[in-house]
Amino acid sequence: MRRTETRGKTKDGRALPWLWGILLGVMAFSGFGQLPIFKRYYISDIPGLAWSADFYLTHRIHYVGAIVLLALAGYVAFDYLLGNRRHVRLTGSGFVRLCLLAGIVITGVFRVLKNLPDVVFSPGFTLVVDISHLGFMMAYLFAALAFLIMGRGWVEQKSF
Amino acid sequence: MDHKISRRGFLKGSLAAVGAAGAAALPLPSVARGEAQGELATLIDIRKCIGCEACVEACKEVNEHKFPRPKKPFPTMYPSRVKVSDWSDKQDVTDRLTPYNWLFIQEATVKVKGEEETLTFPRRCMHCQNPPCADLCPWGAARKLKNGITRIDSDICLGGSKCRAVCPWHIPQRQTGVGLYLDLLPSLAGNGVRYKCDRGYDRIEKGALPACIDVCPEKVQKIGPRAQIVREAHEIAKQINGYIYGEKENGGTNTIYVSPVPFEELNRAVEKGPGKPGLDPVKNSMAHADNLAKAMVIAPVAGVAAAVGKFYKTMKGISGEEAGK
Repeated sequence: MRRTETRGKTKDGRALPWLWGILLGVMAFSGFGQLPIFKRYYISDIPGLAWSADFYLTHRIHYVGAIVLLALAGYVAFDYLLGNRRHVRLTGSGFVRLCLLAGIVITGVFRVLKNLPDVVFSPGFTLVVDISHLGFMMAYLFAALAFLIMGRGWVEQKSF
Repeated sequence: MDHKISRRGFLKGSLAAVGAAGAAALPLPSVARGEAQGELATLIDIRKCIGCEACVEACKEVNEHKFPRPKKPFPTMYPSRVKVSDWSDKQDVTDRLTPYNWLFIQEATVKVKGEEETLTFPRRCMHCQNPPCADLCPWGAARKLKNGITRIDSDICLGGSKCRAVCPWHIPQRQTGVGLYLDLLPSLAGNGVRYKCDRGYDRIEKGALPACIDVCPEKVQKIGPRAQIVREAHEIAKQINGYIYGEKENGGTNTIYVSPVPFEELNRAVEKGPGKPGLDPVKNSMAHADNLAKAMVIAPVAGVAAAVGKFYKTMKGISGEEAGK
């Protein structure tokens, strides 16, 4: 099996996968923390994790994570367009992850809009946004896990 | 509940809704509306209430068809710390909020102009302008409507404790053994349905008044456009040298109380506990979301700027190397 490129040799090429992994972990944990399960399933009973049952705190963490994610998305997208696209190309697994990530971000943006005081969505639209945000995240996690096992990265080096 | 939906029906409905949303391509402008276009608020003049409970009875009567009809025995819940919440044998309870009692009369014995007096007033959901129960519901079951009503859809609610936990007044009340969770993972996820005042949304849709307002012999409550209700509340407060509660609490609600005594005194005097909300001053629970949302607009721009900066630095380095050759 051909192992695709996941890490570059530049400083940010080494740092980005780490930052992305940590960010994904924080977003997944704080996102699942929005479901009333951490208290029910003793997660918040684990020493040091009592805070995880505080919905407002996990919500705040999720928002801060989203800010970092959006900044990272802006950086990676323009870094690719301005220079990296000459050296690397998106793999099939990278494209799948990108689509799922776009789904998470777009539905997330609507969720943020919904939480503003002067914005009201229709009940049907609210339901679609809420469930699809969760659905995209679950799909992304499963896809990321599968691609990790298969050794498929986001990008691969172009051959000249 | 009005009607039940099966798991298959729910999934079909969700998929159809996703498809419809996709086909509609950016339905946001037609479904998003600002509060200036029609939030209704209620004014509750505490001086007028005689505690007759006509509003309580009327609420129970008109909403009877929405009340839970749980299936027994209840599914065994895992883990064991998950407690059953069953009010089906206590449907007559009217001195607190329950899944079968969405409005109750609260009492406070306080001094009014030097005289000890027992004031009574209706308590129910405040219908916040930016309701945390609806904002933070992970399932879309709790929603705010364009007319300022916050309601929980009993066909979708899974009965988790989140809406109650994040509500500053802990209003929504749970009944186990009813709702969608029975068709999903009854022992492992969910625990029934949460119920609360829906301010007669179905009656308002038909142009009728909410029953609690309609039957009140003393005209304690009034409903109207929020700006008008707030203005009227201030006029009354000015006339009686009184106090207002609900206008600014939790960032603003659509339930405005006017009282001849300070709400701090009423708050001290009322009995508080499960299903019996207090009258504390409440900060805007969702203020953090408003502030962080602004940072989300700036974040991608900052990322792009960093990428452009890196590109510029790289190009400058390359031109420097070429010039040095």
